[in-house]
Amino acid sequence: MTATSAGSGPGAIARPSSAARTRARSRRKATPSWVKSVLMWTSIAAIVLFCLFPIYWIVNTSLKAGADLSRGALWPDNPTLRNYRSVLNDGDFLLALRNSAIVATTTTVLSLFVGSFAAYALARLRFPRKALLLGIVLSISTFPVIAIAAPLFKLWTDIGLYDAEYGLGLIIPNLVFTLPLTIFILTSFFREIPRELEEAALVDGATRVQSFTKVVLPLAAPGLVTAALLVFFAAWNEFLFAITLTSTPEARTVPAAIAFFTGSVKFEAPLGTISAASVIVMVPLVVLVLVFQKRIVAGLTAGAVKG
Amino acid sequence: MAQIVLDGVTKRYPDGTEGVRNMSLTIEDGEFMILVGPSGCGKSTALRMIAGLEEITDGELVIGDRIVNDLDPGERDIAMVFQSYALYPHMTVRDNMGFSLKLAKVPKEEIAQRVEEAARILGLEDHLERKPANLSGGQRQRVAMGRAIVRKPAAFLMDEPLSNLDAKLRVQTRAELSRLQARLGTTTVYVTHDQTEAMTLGDRVAVMRAGELQQVGTPMELYNEPTNLFVAGFIGSPSMNFLPAKVEGDHVHLPMLDMTPTPELLEELRRIDRVIVGVRPEQIEEAGAPGTKGWPTFDVEIDLVEPMGAETVAYFTVAGEEVHAGQLAEISRDRGGDNRISAGENQVVARLESDSTVQRRSVAKLALDPDKLLWFDADTGARVGIGAALAASV
Repeated sequence: MTATSAGSGPGAIARPSSAARTRARSRRKATPSWVKSVLMWTSIAAIVLFCLFPIYWIVNTSLKAGADLSRGALWPDNPTLRNYRSVLNDGDFLLALRNSAIVATTTTVLSLFVGSFAAYALARLRFPRKALLLGIVLSISTFPVIAIAAPLFKLWTDIGLYDAEYGLGLIIPNLVFTLPLTIFILTSFFREIPRELEEAALVDGATRVQSFTKVVLPLAAPGLVTAALLVFFAAWNEFLFAITLTSTPEARTVPAAIAFFTGSVKFEAPLGTISAASVIVMVPLVVLVLVFQKRIVAGLTAGAVKG
Repeated sequence: MAQIVLDGVTKRYPDGTEGVRNMSLTIEDGEFMILVGPSGCGKSTALRMIAGLEEITDGELVIGDRIVNDLDPGERDIAMVFQSYALYPHMTVRDNMGFSLKLAKVPKEEIAQRVEEAARILGLEDHLERKPANLSGGQRQRVAMGRAIVRKPAAFLMDEPLSNLDAKLRVQTRAELSRLQARLGTTTVYVTHDQTEAMTLGDRVAVMRAGELQQVGTPMELYNEPTNLFVAGFIGSPSMNFLPAKVEGDHVHLPMLDMTPTPELLEELRRIDRVIVGVRPEQIEEAGAPGTKGWPTFDVEIDLVEPMGAETVAYFTVAGEEVHAGQLAEISRDRGGDNRISAGENQVVARLESDSTVQRRSVAKLALDPDKLLWFDADTGARVGIGAALAASV
């Protein structure tokens, strides 16, 4: 905006003639409410379609088999659960599911445990260079993953965490990116909790740890849930570390395992089984989001405003 | 039940500023002690040091028979009511009140019984299962009180507990609080910036200014025998009137009249560079009103009349140089620049009898009680001739 437009603008806008105002009002009246709601619902439908179509397409593909797979039909002509059956009978995929569950859960628990203490310190305690520290923590999350993947590969090979069973070698790399996220979300939540509440707890006879666990943490529950879900998702979906730091089914997580699908039927593209596997991995995330929907929204906005 | 003794308690911050300086105060067992002063005077810091929420830099704090300087707040056997109430939002009223007992591992049945007893005293029985968010301001305040009394602590510490209530509720709660304290007989330290609260609630009142204790005494002592300009100006509403006075020969010149003080007082006043005289609004009456016999009179034009029913408040201005004193400027700053105290033309407030006939913009004959005038040194703020009966006569 330039100064000229700002200068001429207010006069023109502030004082429309009364005739113009009447016209504007009648024009507004001319748009019937049903037209508005049609427009609104059409837009919503378009957006939902745009977002959900890829997911539908995966489900659609996962129900196809044989020749159907190469025909881009909008729905499966001969729906079959064959792909699911073959994925769930695939020992490697089940191992990968197990590994993913272990990696994602452990990452989440560690992230919250370490992150909540770090965030509390950043939100409450007075120490020098606090802002700088928070800035550094946040800047870590902007690193390109690939930048640390190569050095990590070397290091992990040396210390024996490369290709560790249960995907245990993936937990620390995941933490590198999930911890800053956790700390960021929780710091803004802890900041919103009035200091007097903790002081009241102290006067009531609580120790510092008790006032943290019995007053601060319960009040920061929406933040904890949000952080836990975001961390869980990130760890569950993480691909680059998983593909770089593992090489056998005993260590791979699901995203890496799917990439190694060869297809259960010979001479057939593994498209159907990949889709079936993708749908299966999606299920826990969708369930979690639906269960915690309200909390996530509250958590995200609270973090956004106060961060 | 316990006595609280502050002995030379000081709060010094890392940057060297002192929040509370060398404060010595003994709060007797069962006493209702008020700490009062303008914002930033250190009263809240003092309370927080008693509570253990603020470290004591210097001096000694004794609660009961223990030195508690290094004890955690929870070990001091005190309960605190916060200005914001600081109720735990995720707990019901019952859990809020029982929290401290639960932490102290008191048996469940006893917790329930003590919480219910406190709830009965405070009229909260019907709200025990509700969360603080669903309570009104007054109810929250009572829950905060309840949280303090279920513990049966040695002392209550209250940090402006009524300031979040609306005016009407505040007066009502003030009376309840006073009754409750008298009934429980628990030593109470109460912080407020409101001199009315201080006067109405306290057994004794400690006035603080800039981190230092100014005077401790009963409300009437502070009102009638303030030790300095600050206390004189802070206590009382409407505030005391302050006027410049000049010693001329054997009499003292006030803006509206001359007076002849006793030789002792005259002697003291002569030693002072700039004298300020303090007059309570009720020490000015209409000439001829009952009890004004023998009082010096003067004529003045009335600026404003406020008939209050029980009394009539009249405002007038008197000539003469403006009153300047650091301690008065501090009060007027705290009251948001309300210049009634150190105004340019020396506005005077008088509380006259309700049947007074004075009228706005007309000249009235007023009388001044010469026996209760207070004399101050403008530069040090100290009151002159404390203790001695130095009544001035015409």
